[in-house]
Amino acid sequence: MALLEVKNLEVSFGLRSGEVKALRNISFNLDRGERLGLVGESGAGKSVLGFSILNLISRPGRISAGEIWFDGQNLANLSAEGIRAIRGNRISMIFQDPMMTLNPVLTIGQQMVECLQAHRKISFDAAKTIAVQKLKQVYIPSPETRFDQYPHELSGGMRQRIVIAIALLLDPDIIIADEPTTALDVTIQAEIMELMVELCERNNVALILITHDLGVVSQATQKTIVMYAGRIIEQGPTKEIINDAQHPYTQGLMNALPQMAIPGQRLNQIRGAMPPLQRIPTGCAFNPRCDYAEEACKRELPTFTRSGNCQVACHMVAAMRKAEQTQEGV
Amino acid sequence: MTTQSQNKLPEPTPSAWQRFKDSNIGHSFIRDRVAQISFTIFLGYVIMALFAPLIAPFDPYDPNQIDIMNSELPPSWDAENGDEQFWLGTDAQGRDLWSTILYGTRISLTIGICAVLLQATIGIIIGLIAGYRGGRVDSLLMRFADVQLSFSTMMVAIIVLAIFQASFGTELYQELAMTMLILVIGIAEWPQYARTIRASVLAEKKKEYIDAARVMGLGPIRIMFRHILPNTLSPILVISTVQVANAIISEASLSFLGLGMPVSQPSLGSLISSGFEYIFSGAWWITVIPGVILVVLVLVMNMLGDWLRDVLNPKLYKG
Amino acid sequence: MSQNQTENTTQPESLVQIRGLYKKFNISGDFLDQLKFKGGKIVREQEHVHAINGVSLDVHKGEALCVVGESGCGKSTVARTVMGLLTPSGGTISYRGERIDHLDDKALLPYRKKMQMIFQNPYASLNPRMTIGQTLEEPVRLHNPDWNAQQVRDKVHEVMFSVGIDPSWADRFAHEFSGGQRQRISIARALAVDPEFIVADEPISALDVSIQAQVLNLLMDAQEKRNLTYLFITHDLAVVEHFGTRVAVMYLGSLCELAPTKTLFATPRHPYTKALLSAIPRLQDDRPEPIKLTGEVPTPVNLPSGCVFHGRCPYVTDRCKQEIPKLITTSEGGQVACHAVEEGRI
Repeated sequence: MALLEVKNLEVSFGLRSGEVKALRNISFNLDRGERLGLVGESGAGKSVLGFSILNLISRPGRISAGEIWFDGQNLANLSAEGIRAIRGNRISMIFQDPMMTLNPVLTIGQQMVECLQAHRKISFDAAKTIAVQKLKQVYIPSPETRFDQYPHELSGGMRQRIVIAIALLLDPDIIIADEPTTALDVTIQAEIMELMVELCERNNVALILITHDLGVVSQATQKTIVMYAGRIIEQGPTKEIINDAQHPYTQGLMNALPQMAIPGQRLNQIRGAMPPLQRIPTGCAFNPRCDYAEEACKRELPTFTRSGNCQVACHMVAAMRKAEQTQEGV
Repeated sequence: MTTQSQNKLPEPTPSAWQRFKDSNIGHSFIRDRVAQISFTIFLGYVIMALFAPLIAPFDPYDPNQIDIMNSELPPSWDAENGDEQFWLGTDAQGRDLWSTILYGTRISLTIGICAVLLQATIGIIIGLIAGYRGGRVDSLLMRFADVQLSFSTMMVAIIVLAIFQASFGTELYQELAMTMLILVIGIAEWPQYARTIRASVLAEKKKEYIDAARVMGLGPIRIMFRHILPNTLSPILVISTVQVANAIISEASLSFLGLGMPVSQPSLGSLISSGFEYIFSGAWWITVIPGVILVVLVLVMNMLGDWLRDVLNPKLYKG
Repeated sequence: MSQNQTENTTQPESLVQIRGLYKKFNISGDFLDQLKFKGGKIVREQEHVHAINGVSLDVHKGEALCVVGESGCGKSTVARTVMGLLTPSGGTISYRGERIDHLDDKALLPYRKKMQMIFQNPYASLNPRMTIGQTLEEPVRLHNPDWNAQQVRDKVHEVMFSVGIDPSWADRFAHEFSGGQRQRISIARALAVDPEFIVADEPISALDVSIQAQVLNLLMDAQEKRNLTYLFITHDLAVVEHFGTRVAVMYLGSLCELAPTKTLFATPRHPYTKALLSAIPRLQDDRPEPIKLTGEVPTPVNLPSGCVFHGRCPYVTDRCKQEIPKLITTSEGGQVACHAVEEGRI
């Protein structure tokens, strides 16, 4: 059985102009120790999905339909207390900005011990031992000294390591990382990503990596979900998606990267921009920007088609697979 | 390239009313009962003040219309002593209280608004220069503001007005009372504006559109007034409502102490003050009715200010 | 050798010359904050951030010179100093041979028409209280005072059209546009005065991938059509590889390496450039292991002695810790500031 099972998840935001659905019909599984990448542009709903797994969506947003099964419990309608027992303990979260997690007026040690004592009955000394050990795991030099320092005394890369150490404190089953390296420099980014992969492998922790960077996803994850305008449009093994993307949007994203073009030549841009959630076109949400769009794309919502080990929501891919099957039949 | 970007903003430019309704301020106003009531009452005051000569049955400044025999008549609902002519009664000099209140409101509001305009002008200019120039100029101007703030408004006003009255005589003082009050209250409170503006300027100055304006080659005066000032209007609007209320109170207090508007041209404050002598002889209305009018005016202005602050504070509505 | 000679004969015309540029920021606050009580005496102490430490660069006419580096390396400070938004603490900046670093606002005005800037954050670089039309008319009016209203309007329409923004939207405010559209408007504002040199400070890093490609294409089209020269500041090496004619790599306020793009990506010489290039996340798995740098980036308040990179460099020697390396020309036609390269150790 999968560790985390999301079924037909829908998240709505009640805005002045009416109800807006930020996520629609999201379904996926995550196995123990698996690393999953959530890719999409801003506004695609990837961060909302990360937050909704921990039921952290605050007003005016709410989970309006669907189920999130974790360890025999449906997180979508669990009591506030039940959710708190899971947050930080069984599922922890890493944010883009380390200062969102770290409190500037408390020392690193105080924050780590507080976190441990909130979930476990444990003495200060025992908590400190665990904390120092976790700091060592994330390769913080001289962890005993760092334990008594304040967040502002550390560099950006070091802070993000501390945040990872805090996320690992209670030996969680899942870590949700929302753009964990976007605020960091390239050289530090590579280090942090490597560290996260190593720690997840060693501790058998599942990772949900939310990012806009296809390069990061291709290096760190086994499975990838591509999102567009609040829906999953393609999911499957990362290798297959990177090497042989099926959905025109995924292809477009990949081709738009500068390294895919001849230096000095124009880049292969996708025209237009992602529509705001209030104005998602009917049919396939990508159809106004898609080069292959046909009449059906403007009318009907595409369903998932199997393609290799991937699931793709695209009329064109569906038609191609169908043609292949009939050919095989003949 | 144009064709593809054209489908991104499909609706036509909305009308002004639609824009107001969609804006944060409009949306909040439509939902907020307190703001609506406060605004309606405030509008009532403004109409009263603007059209006082048309609404008022008597002219309290015209000695021919005043009969000392009518003094201290109670409001008209007092069937025994009341006179139907004067529905809120008369004051000690026989003036119709309703007409006097209308004219008084006019004076109070004028002093309040003009004093705030003066404060705002001085404060905005000093705040803009201090914030935009920074460095020594900033330190100097702000220390100056600190010194000004360390004297209480009332203290400054009392000293200045008392000296003026003593040295130039009461007659000249009565003539110039309104100008003097506006000047004193206006000058005493400019640091409030200067500080608020300076803080906003410091925040705006860091934004890239200011750099863009400099790169364009615009001069500092144009950048300050054309680019920075319009973006600091929200806090100006908020403090202005509260400051008008404060200025009206300051004026009332000064009048109550006998340093404000003369009895011949009473503001709400001097009306309260003049009636105060008679409150124990039973003529309560001369003090209480203008008092209620003043309290309600200040209250609605403060409530409007609070509401504006809540709406315009980006931290509150974006967070 | 022969290659070197041909390069020398066709020396490109340099548009902007930066010579020995220094910039430090005083971070010690007010006079009163600077007073410290030490050893029984009151002393005045000042702390400085050394953002740029002796950078010399030439921007050649018609090229796109990319300046790359990590946050805090001073690349944005270089851009802002060149544009006159900051006054240099030392060194000179010349435009077509004329010194411009010490001019006042009035004297700079003719240069403002030639040099323009595009900013990083499309949400902050447009005045929220002005319509797009007003934003774009302002520079046109200022630099062409004798134009009538119709000429100004025509010019605004032309630049709006050229960046792919419908001219009929001139009455709208910035917040009604998406991030990519705002960046187009920002580019239109820079193009409105027909400049020949544009400084672009991280113009695409706040945008989504698919929009980045659109804006980058727009900048390249504009360069071709209007014969522009770019000073392009970025941290994204993939963009540099695609866009740049030459690349300057900065670290902690100093120039490490300067080379034509192809040369730099094929044969990086400076150890820092090597580490930087190996750290780019790539889609394919065939790249070599990233070079791991040890240690942390020092703060620009207390600069290390000698080579600024010595604390993280795998090839460090005693000389690196004491002597600041000078730029030397390499056999590939680039320039590099590294003792190890000079001594032939790497």
